Amino acid sequence: MSDSTVAVQGETHNPALLHHFATEEQQRNASSFGMWIFLGTEVMFFGGLFCAYLIYRGWYFGDFAAASKSINAALGGTNTAVLICSSLTVVLAIWAAQTSRRALMLAMLVLTMLFGLAFLGIKGIEYRDKFVEHHVPGPSFSFEHEEIPSHPGEYANPRHAEIFFALYFIMTGLHALHMVVGLGIFSWLLWAAWKGRFTPEYHTPLEIGGLYWHFVDIVWIYLFPLLYLIDRHR
Amino acid sequence: MFDNFPLWPQRASTMAGNVDALYIFLIIVCGLMTLLVFTAVIYFAARYRYRQGVPAEQIEGSIPLEVTWSVIPLGVFMVIFLWGAVVFFQSRTPPRDATEVYVVAKQWMWKLEHAEGQREINELHVPVGRDVKLIMTSQDVIHSFFVPAFRMKQDVVPGRYTVAWFRATKPGTYHLFCTQYCGTQHSGMIGDVVVMEPAQYEAWMSGAPTGPLSAAGEKIFAELGCATCHRSDGTGRGPNLHGVFGKPVALEDGRTVTADENYLRECILTPGDKRVKGFQPIMPPFQGLVSEEQVNALVAYVKSLSPSTQPGAATTSAAVVAPQASGKASPKATEGSQGN
Amino acid sequence: MATAITQPDAQPIERENYLNKHYGVWSWLLTTDHKRIALLYLMSITFFFFIGGFFALLIRLELLTPTGDLVQADTYNKLFTQHGQVMVFFFLIPSIPAVLGNFLVPMMVGAKDLAFPRINLLSWYLYIIGGIMMLHCMLTGGVDTGWTFYVPFSTAFSNTKVIEAGLAIFVVGFSSILTGLNFIVTIHRMRAPGMTWGRLPLFIWAHYATSVIQILGTPVIAITLVLVVAERALHLGIFDPKLGGDPLLFQHLFWFYSHPAVYIMILPSMGVVTEIIACFSRKRIFGYHFVALSSIAIAVFGFLVWAHHMFVAGISIYAALVFSILSYAVAVPSAVKVFNWTATLYKGSIHYDAPMLYAFGFLGLFTIGGLTGLFLACLGVDMHVHDTYFVIAHFHYIMVGGAVMGYLGGMHFWWPKISGKLYPEGWARLAALIVFIGFNLTFFPQFLLGYMGMPRRYFQYPAEFQVLNVLSTAGATVLGVGYLLPMIYFLWSMRYGKPAPDNPWNAAGLEWKTASPPPTFNFDEEPVVTWEAYNYDELDSEHKQEVPVVG
Repeated sequence: MSDSTVAVQGETHNPALLHHFATEEQQRNASSFGMWIFLGTEVMFFGGLFCAYLIYRGWYFGDFAAASKSINAALGGTNTAVLICSSLTVVLAIWAAQTSRRALMLAMLVLTMLFGLAFLGIKGIEYRDKFVEHHVPGPSFSFEHEEIPSHPGEYANPRHAEIFFALYFIMTGLHALHMVVGLGIFSWLLWAAWKGRFTPEYHTPLEIGGLYWHFVDIVWIYLFPLLYLIDRHR
Repeated sequence: MFDNFPLWPQRASTMAGNVDALYIFLIIVCGLMTLLVFTAVIYFAARYRYRQGVPAEQIEGSIPLEVTWSVIPLGVFMVIFLWGAVVFFQSRTPPRDATEVYVVAKQWMWKLEHAEGQREINELHVPVGRDVKLIMTSQDVIHSFFVPAFRMKQDVVPGRYTVAWFRATKPGTYHLFCTQYCGTQHSGMIGDVVVMEPAQYEAWMSGAPTGPLSAAGEKIFAELGCATCHRSDGTGRGPNLHGVFGKPVALEDGRTVTADENYLRECILTPGDKRVKGFQPIMPPFQGLVSEEQVNALVAYVKSLSPSTQPGAATTSAAVVAPQASGKASPKATEGSQGN
Repeated sequence: MATAITQPDAQPIERENYLNKHYGVWSWLLTTDHKRIALLYLMSITFFFFIGGFFALLIRLELLTPTGDLVQADTYNKLFTQHGQVMVFFFLIPSIPAVLGNFLVPMMVGAKDLAFPRINLLSWYLYIIGGIMMLHCMLTGGVDTGWTFYVPFSTAFSNTKVIEAGLAIFVVGFSSILTGLNFIVTIHRMRAPGMTWGRLPLFIWAHYATSVIQILGTPVIAITLVLVVAERALHLGIFDPKLGGDPLLFQHLFWFYSHPAVYIMILPSMGVVTEIIACFSRKRIFGYHFVALSSIAIAVFGFLVWAHHMFVAGISIYAALVFSILSYAVAVPSAVKVFNWTATLYKGSIHYDAPMLYAFGFLGLFTIGGLTGLFLACLGVDMHVHDTYFVIAHFHYIMVGGAVMGYLGGMHFWWPKISGKLYPEGWARLAALIVFIGFNLTFFPQFLLGYMGMPRRYFQYPAEFQVLNVLSTAGATVLGVGYLLPMIYFLWSMRYGKPAPDNPWNAAGLEWKTASPPPTFNFDEEPVVTWEAYNYDELDSEHKQEVPVVG
């Protein structure tokens, strides 16, 4: 996180200490505090969507349940497991940095990214399935004669199911976009780790990158039951 | 006095006086507050202007003062709030036996249909001294029905009914404005509300080309085959619609709703959403198959099956007591379900 | 570079400062110095201010006559839409935070820079990208939805560039979020030794509250615009009643941000006015803690009142009652501020320099604007005046009368610090007077128009409204002159103005304890704060013998 024109100020200090911070601790605190604030913004960003989702789910519960049943919960569940594992590898990478285990740190960063890619791949399969089934909202959308779970003989209103799928694609799509951004961040972290930037004393970028990654995971932890598991138990 | 330069809108409904009284009260209260602040600022600015050798006197603050000027305004605000709430509540609570007019807004005109059958465009004729309830919906975007002389405004939202009412007090012709921006000709979506003496109004009415709206609805009801299931003897596959309007209805999912205009509307357009308990989901949705006017007629017909609200009864208007400013309005909120 | 701060005793005119340290376009475009970024913002928002102002002028000219004769109806609709969008998103929201806040927040807390200088620069670039998208949208056809983007008009009926405008505002929203984020972290983590929360200038408290709204409110409008854009592009049904959606949900989401956004505009202005009133009364602000906490209270309550924009939109009576009473709750902290400013004047030693004139103007206009807000929060009156010119007048009193007065006052107050030059005091006082008169002439008649029932966004209107509209248009031309003047003499002073001393007003606050203009890292040595905010008694006793330089 250093800028060559201003870092010169640092004199004998850690080269990663930026000129306008008095101490490394201040810089570390500022960085992680900044990430927490940013996550506050992200909560509100997804919050608007969750709010819209919950309102329509309340109104059109049966239609949402029917639409939810058509998406593949097994793939969604796998993705949940993948993301939980990736959070673990992030934590391990940070621990490795703290304890000077360079090889482990690099391996865990690579593993995290592989999990991230696996998530996106599985997501892609799900999207393809929806596309094939004409469940993508738009002119070719079709959701006729889909029964509402536990209401035999009752069919979901396609218009309402379309709202579910619209929200499904926007919410998971934005989440996937966050994953892509996360992969970008982790590519940079991997590069920096490879260059030996991170030491037990200084690994703030790993920590705040990890915060971001955990947040994206947590969003998924909410998305999965809300989108995939409506009324599944019956 | 100011024919070309009026500074106050005309007052032509029972609500207008209430709103004006509240407005004048607000002007007085806020005027006094403004005067207080301005006087203090100007006086202090002049009295304590910079003088050589006279230093400012440092004052830390005063908790009693802070509390005073927080609590007193809050008290004044609460008075304003309560008064405003009472006026609002009256204007949102249509009297039971009001004459009904169905309003369909579209870019960029107002289509009005009296329960008695008259249809008008951008013009609404109403008699003096009778409560008129507007049941409004839009065919396209959001519009807003605003008659300044009546101090009455209500947005007209596509996909649902919103309700407003007024009781005109003075014959004349008044502006009807659309106040929710609705596209190119938004400012051209204006019309007239013509308030007439009852006798003139009866004469105007007698020129009705068709029967009452409910009769038109009955015809549509028959044409669409509704009567095959919704039988009046209760043996049909659909609920008996006689006496339903205004009553609570138990739904299949356990909820209970009041059968108001919005509920009837939903039942016609998307019958699956709020199905009556004990009936099968066999009614097809009519969304997109019937026009807004046809829905209005059907709703008017179903309402006519519940005698107490039969629109025809409202023509003997003198019996209806309009709510007064003192707040003894009937608290029956029939349109309570319009917001979600 | 390490030598940047080695000549503290040199002549001010030759001294190295943030303006003359580097030269060339790239030294500006790639700068991470918060002061230079503030100037980049200053130029950008001034540009958009005059675009928005030009639209306003055309609107007022069109309304000179009842018939639509200057422009087409569609053009008029685009004019008021883009006037609103430009003024709200490209001028008012960034105005004080991104210019004065950017310049002053680090200096006032005693830091060398904001916590994240490069994110600060990124925020300016996001602003520019959003701005270019908006300009492109305007030049290739514009948008006519009203700045509120109400559905289903914006998603299904408008034939204009809704998507482009929505995306432009989406992008510029992130610029606002990043500014707020930077301020919060800076205020929390970068304060100089001794600069406790209780010693912070109230300008900082106001910016803190503003930043909270920016980071919590702006993402909601961002996601709402995403939904609008997606719905329009892909014909989804999230807000479209024909497809089962709810148009009122859009209004809820939109106003959840856009009501607090009003406080993004007015809170920083309140902060500026607080500094000015304290300085030119030579007094500690009356009730420091109450003024500070009222900023936070406004930010918190501001999030709970959004549906007062929807009293006649079709929400239930009971929701309307709740939002009405909460709206009165948010009026109390605003009132507390006004009373405290007034009380600060008491037994002061009041100077009438131009910034103080703007602050007086702010007090007057904000009081009127705030009190007319009571009319709109009052359910019984709102159902008559909602969506009429009464509303237009009310929010212009707050956002132009309040926010812009504060902005101009702040620009005058800190101009010596920013530019190192003194502006011509006589002209500045004249401009303050012209703005005040022009403003009232423009907007007071609109209150009357509104109560008479003239709806907003009308391109033609019944003839009986003409007299008041002519008055309003006349006022707008006066107001236009009032706004042009400061721009001219500020530019003039950059070249011909007298050099400013470090502390021309003998004002309290760390920003006045460094050079004018300040060195790149703000302070020659890290300040240690041992005094309370607004220690004007100490300042005045120190400088008793000195001859005041200005005023």
